[in-house]
Amino acid sequence: MDKELLIPTSFADDRVDGVDKVTGKATYAAEHQLANMVYAVFVCSTIAKGSIKNMILADAKRAAGVLDIIYYANCPAVPGYNPYAKDPNKKGYEWRGLKVFNDNKVYSNGQPIAMVIADTMERAVHAASLVKAEYVKDESDTDFENAKADEKKLKKPGEYKRGEADAYKKGEVSLEEEYTIPSETHNPMELHATIAAWDGDDKLTVYDKSQGPKGTQRELAQCFGLDEKNVRVVVEYVGGAFGSGLRSWPHVPAAVIAAKKVKRPVKLIVTREQMFTTVGYRPHAWQKIGISAGKDGKLTGITHHAVSITSRYEDFGEGIVNVSQFLYDCPNVNTSYRLLPLDVNTPTWMRGPGPATGCFALESALDELSYKLNIDPIELRVINHAVLHPISKLPWSTKFLKECYVLGKEKIGWQNRPTVPGSVTEDGMLVGYGMAGGVFGAGRGQASAKGILKADGTLTLQSAVSDMGPGTSTAMVTMGAQFMELPANKISFELGDTDLPNGPTQGGSGTTSAIGTAINVVCTALKQTLKEMAIANVPAFANLKPEVLKYEQGIISVTDNVSINISYTDILKAANKPEIEVVKDSGRATAEAQKYAMNSFSVHFVKLHVHPVTGVIKLKQIVSAADAGKIISENTARSQMVGGAVGGIGMALTEEVNIDNRYGRYTNANFGDYHVPVNADAPPMDVVFVNKADIIISPTGAKGIGEIALVGVAPAIANAVYNATGKRIRNLPITPDKLI
Amino acid sequence: MINFDYQRTSTAKAAVDAKAKSASSQFIAGGTNLVDLMKKGVTSPDKLIDINGLPLKQITADAKGITIGALALNSDVAENAIIKSKYPLLAAALNAGASAQLRNMATVGGNMMQRTRCSYFYDITMPCNKREPGSGCGALQGQNRMHAVFGTSEKCIAVHPSDMCVALAALDATVHITGAKGDRKILFTDFHRLPGDTPELDNNLSTGPGGQKGELITGIHIPANSFTKFHYLKIRDRSSYAFALVSVAVALEISGNTITNAKLAMGGVAHKPWRLSAVEKFVTGKTATKEIFAAAANMAMEGAAGFGQNNFKIKMGKAAVAEALQQASQKI
Repeated sequence: MDKELLIPTSFADDRVDGVDKVTGKATYAAEHQLANMVYAVFVCSTIAKGSIKNMILADAKRAAGVLDIIYYANCPAVPGYNPYAKDPNKKGYEWRGLKVFNDNKVYSNGQPIAMVIADTMERAVHAASLVKAEYVKDESDTDFENAKADEKKLKKPGEYKRGEADAYKKGEVSLEEEYTIPSETHNPMELHATIAAWDGDDKLTVYDKSQGPKGTQRELAQCFGLDEKNVRVVVEYVGGAFGSGLRSWPHVPAAVIAAKKVKRPVKLIVTREQMFTTVGYRPHAWQKIGISAGKDGKLTGITHHAVSITSRYEDFGEGIVNVSQFLYDCPNVNTSYRLLPLDVNTPTWMRGPGPATGCFALESALDELSYKLNIDPIELRVINHAVLHPISKLPWSTKFLKECYVLGKEKIGWQNRPTVPGSVTEDGMLVGYGMAGGVFGAGRGQASAKGILKADGTLTLQSAVSDMGPGTSTAMVTMGAQFMELPANKISFELGDTDLPNGPTQGGSGTTSAIGTAINVVCTALKQTLKEMAIANVPAFANLKPEVLKYEQGIISVTDNVSINISYTDILKAANKPEIEVVKDSGRATAEAQKYAMNSFSVHFVKLHVHPVTGVIKLKQIVSAADAGKIISENTARSQMVGGAVGGIGMALTEEVNIDNRYGRYTNANFGDYHVPVNADAPPMDVVFVNKADIIISPTGAKGIGEIALVGVAPAIANAVYNATGKRIRNLPITPDKLI
Repeated sequence: MINFDYQRTSTAKAAVDAKAKSASSQFIAGGTNLVDLMKKGVTSPDKLIDINGLPLKQITADAKGITIGALALNSDVAENAIIKSKYPLLAAALNAGASAQLRNMATVGGNMMQRTRCSYFYDITMPCNKREPGSGCGALQGQNRMHAVFGTSEKCIAVHPSDMCVALAALDATVHITGAKGDRKILFTDFHRLPGDTPELDNNLSTGPGGQKGELITGIHIPANSFTKFHYLKIRDRSSYAFALVSVAVALEISGNTITNAKLAMGGVAHKPWRLSAVEKFVTGKTATKEIFAAAANMAMEGAAGFGQNNFKIKMGKAAVAEALQQASQKI
């Protein structure tokens, strides 16, 4: 492995797939056209709980172009729906999540209960509208506020304690408050979609919107009892996902079932409304924080409880309270986490899963405590800066959190922050400044990559990852160029196909370090191969040892006598080989890495205006300072940070899934009523990176950006709202009605 | 597929005749709302009569006022030089509505004809008296944060979603209509209805039998005015492409520091643009002060009643009226 890790951030930094994306050349899952393809459309339940007594299909069957209607009574057997009935060893092969069309049970409103297959999309949509169900309705419960008070309804996944429990109650200065966030949906621009095509009974090709082609391959192979190598998953481009593509949802097996039954390729596109009811969401959560400090600001106790919702058929939990266990140095910490199953669809990881929710409570509470202590909120965090990880007592591989405070503070103009809330106006608007920290785990996942070095001077790198938007291809090309010392325009990165070497699922901010490491290993191996080929094929190098040769800028030379040199393309020509290729694995993190705690950190700073009468918030500036390790591709890294901040604006100010508990049905499942931020909501944004390599995690030096871009933005905004108005809003989103 | 006929027309008479022949036909212009309603299964017209070919796009002004053709685009009206200089309240309201893309498609007549955005109206699995009379009002005890606080009935608490209409209601506009029995005019404030027992009816275009059924809006007339101060205040959940929680249109004449003429209307609070005639009377002749504006705001929200989630609109409405008066009075 190369030791030199200096990747210039000024490198050819444009998005390598940018032109394809903006010109429509990029082909997303639903855009693939297969010969003989037909279309499946879901029919979804209109009750939240019960069973289907009867499906009324006559009108739909008569509709033009309809080939089949699949529902629980006629659904072909799916091996993964009950794999251990025959073989107890196959329990791990059971399909996770809703077993679509498996039985007549309804677990949530908007659950797929039938699927119409027709020769055109339009005809399938129409026929689906003609399918009706008769239900036996059961009383449903979707009321989080009421149900969470009932201990009997809660599942108890986790408790944590160090020092004394509830120590905050004895603290010199303390507070105890409750925080809620509503369910939030990922709703990327691109709808989830799957095209499934069988080749005989045992080979399957799937075009899917997925954050992990290999993960989808594994899930489908297990679900349909196939060899993994017989399942090919293609994910060429992804139009955003934010976590909704981390696993396969019911439409994926449904498309496969449909293709099997009608013996033709089937395309199934999830509608925008179904994006709310079938592909997960950030779970509605309640939190309570008790926190205390001495008058010097030193934390003496943190208690953090959380309850979040899940479905009846699956437990989904996330690390909401974990941030309180390690983000700051505090001797006494106790946390608890509960799950509340309701008659809803299953939630899932959404950008910054766990910490995004947890930091809203913790960072809001710290801000509130800072006013009680009369200590600047940044200073309060510095006072409680953890040098060693408070749980493992290990040092961090790198931690430049304090640098983030300094960088961001200057950029936002923190010195202009009113020390008394609601005391400063600009143009008749109340002015507020706020800040909050974000954190996420870092590390090095495992990945493989292939490098194909050609005599024409190009290098193709490959890995079966998908790129949901962060600019993975760009980062890989940038790193490939650096590691192989070649111009970026000679390098391409191919991804999104399970036929390529094993890549990780893109999530948890880990792609760059995992695949980047694999590419580093690949490039090292290519250079070694070139040296050996020079010795074997080029007379001037005959009988030399590889150790006395060096590789620089595409040239192999003798270290002690650089006048003996040859370009790598000439080596290939001399060996009469059009190309050489190697496949290498990133390898696991080293034993050295076990001695460290690993995290990425961010600190977000916000300046905003609040109208004193109408409560309307106008963001004026966001500064995001990040300790994300070495920045590989500055443009795409910045874009990720900006995108995450916009997601944080949505979390703080606009996004909320509404549900009518009488029906257990969402009432704003569309882009008109579910408010994602618009351009006009986004202020000028500055991104500052500490940009220091973390070589303990991986030779790329990168830590991770995707999650810390969002984690901490919502509390920074809420804290700025308090600074502007003196109103502490602890239930998101902060809409104008909460400020009048 | 749900098939429907499509007919292009080039005269108002042909359009009206076509509509009279088919019971569930509808006119289509920009289609920004109607097409959504068709896709959601809320409405299924057997025929669409495309009126985009009618000569109703002109904006003509004279000493008496300005006439805007029903097919003038929202964006064209907002950018029209005369509208911007003489009727800026209308331009401001138009620009507060929808998104730039929608304003480029939507017409003035279509804006008036748009249906409520109540979620129960759009979800055909939910009860809604406006969509399906007799099925009940889902919002009454449901998700009603966006709903009305004035003029509601047990049958319906929906709001009219338009911003443009709030300004037109304040500016004493008149609606020009043509039908099989000839032309007629309705005061803008009489055009939209309160829900009462017939929430399925949004407006007072004739629904009578026979030829009258096909009435068509041909234009809007706004009388000339001498307002020098105006403000359109819209409070919403995000900066664009969101309907008003509460909006207020204000036009004032102020002489010295005395208000000599005032027009006010609110949006987001009722099934129609909500004209504040009593407030207008109250402030006329008064000095433009914060105290007067606060009193006017209290008066504006008298009689308002919420349904739970929308109770905040009463407080917000007061804040908005006071602020809009204040902003208008400070305009130079």
